Amino acid sequence: MTTLKTDLNLTDADGFYERLIEAHRGLDGPASRRLNAKLVLLLANHVGDAAVLDEALRIARGER
Amino acid sequence: MAGGLADRPRYAYAAPPELGQDSVRRAPIVIVGAGPVGLCAAAELAMLGHDTILLDEDDTVSVGSRAICWAKRTLEIFDRIGVGDRMVGKGVVWNRGRLFHRDREVYNFDLLPEPGHQRPAFINLQQYYVEEYLVDRVQELGRTDIRWRNRVVGLDVLPDGGARLTVETPDGNYRLDADYVLAADGVRSPIRRMMGLDFKGKVFEDRFLIADVIMKADFPSERWFWFEPPFHSGQSVLLHRQPDDVFRIDFQLDPSADPEEERKPENVVPRLQQMLGPDKPFDLEWVSVYTFTCRRMERFHHGPVFFVGDSAHVVSPFGARGGNGGIQDVDALCWRLAAVLNGTAPAALLDSYDAERIPAADENLLNSTRSTDFITPKNEASVAFREAALDLAADLPFARRVVNSGRLSLPHTYAATPLSTPDGDAWSGGPRPGAPAPDAPVQVAEGEPWLLRRLGGRFTLLRFVDDPAAAALGGVPDGVDVVTVARSGRPDGATVIDRDGTAFARWDAADGSAYLVRPDQHVAARWRTPEPGAIATALARALGRPAAAEARRAAGG
Repeated sequence: MTTLKTDLNLTDADGFYERLIEAHRGLDGPASRRLNAKLVLLLANHVGDAAVLDEALRIARGER
Repeated sequence: MAGGLADRPRYAYAAPPELGQDSVRRAPIVIVGAGPVGLCAAAELAMLGHDTILLDEDDTVSVGSRAICWAKRTLEIFDRIGVGDRMVGKGVVWNRGRLFHRDREVYNFDLLPEPGHQRPAFINLQQYYVEEYLVDRVQELGRTDIRWRNRVVGLDVLPDGGARLTVETPDGNYRLDADYVLAADGVRSPIRRMMGLDFKGKVFEDRFLIADVIMKADFPSERWFWFEPPFHSGQSVLLHRQPDDVFRIDFQLDPSADPEEERKPENVVPRLQQMLGPDKPFDLEWVSVYTFTCRRMERFHHGPVFFVGDSAHVVSPFGARGGNGGIQDVDALCWRLAAVLNGTAPAALLDSYDAERIPAADENLLNSTRSTDFITPKNEASVAFREAALDLAADLPFARRVVNSGRLSLPHTYAATPLSTPDGDAWSGGPRPGAPAPDAPVQVAEGEPWLLRRLGGRFTLLRFVDDPAAAALGGVPDGVDVVTVARSGRPDGATVIDRDGTAFARWDAADGSAYLVRPDQHVAARWRTPEPGAIATALARALGRPAAAEARRAAGG
């Protein structure tokens, strides 16, 4: 079974973070939430594996 | 009025012979409730050779269209009881759903994309027509004593395991005993309340207004669903075409809406004018307000009483899972009752009703709850995810599968039923044990050229062979009919020909493959080549006979 990668996997963590923040520039709360929601759906579909996604959900909720 | 509601039939009440009698008559089966589910049960049992008494508190069919979407599986069951052609002939056939967000179409989907099925994904047909046609058929079959204006007011379980009903009529009360009672008495089931049984689950705050509108309009025969249309301030709307130029339009209401106010024509008409335009002429046939509910009983089988349809479980609409789920309940139950009453199965077979229909109800409840959550988002996060999915769905196919405007009824596969024999051979497709039989076009000597028409009503061994002259199969027990599907040759009686290979492909069959199919057209067992004795063992299991007793039986003990 595949597990969620929690070691560094981003090739350019600082660059991605900058672009993520930049993508939200000028958006109000609802528009920002919608952008994040689209990102989650796009990336979740890319991952596909339910076990990996469930693990990400648990960690994001602070459940471990 | 153009609609059929104005002309709905009235059925004559007749004073039951038991009135004023001291002795109490005992019937094998009493069905309570002459809605689609109760009537379908009466017809199925009649087809299986059983007389029933059907009690209904009213003397006519449904007021209003109510359940309108009848799924392919239901139509196949209607075919078996001999009303499929009449239903499909009157109904509006549809396979396509179309989905709109605000002012644009997001995507559309075909619910039956492959050819080679006799029946479509759905027909729309007002419940009052479905009931009328079922009453006609039940009367034609002549095995059902339908008693209109007979209301059950009391139920006691007898020491011998049967039930005693107290029935109220315009001429007074009488008592009637039954070996088995089918409670098809609807979501507010008086029998459920008489027995003190719970109905557990979720009632949502969300309400929808249903309007049946009679008008000339060129909407196609499709299911149209709008999220936040410009004509209905940020809410959802669903449109279906029904026969007789009747259109079903569902409007989502604010949770704070007052149902009594909303159903008044002076409030309904402006909503419709916003949607249809101020000058569009239309008549209102029926208006109702409903609350989203997802609930079921903990068990459906209680001693002599079986709960079927809405009395046992109720789901939010938008999946066509209420009426269709109820029809599948009685389809699962009736052959079991017949087998037990005929003495071919032990009473323990009836216990597997819950084992099959509770998971089926849970599947419907799960789908319905998920749809409700998507259609009526409850917090900012769900609003954002819904918007995101709808935005992405216009261009990206994956997101279309995320958007949920209702997951439409499909037959349940009885994956964990104790009646199935697990696969011992390798299969790469086809209906697994517990699954409903798939249809396919076949060449026949006479009758309808469809495979499903050859199955049902009895146990059938469906055997696939390359050459119709292949030797007859040994080891087929009494009570099992054989239907042979051959790749070539001439159709003859119980042999049908699969000219284009569709049946072989859908059943993942090779020369010698065989399926044991139950009377409700669900698969009980399958083999690449059945071993001697395997069919009898699988049949025993499908009839709920304990293995030890079966071994004694086989040994002649």
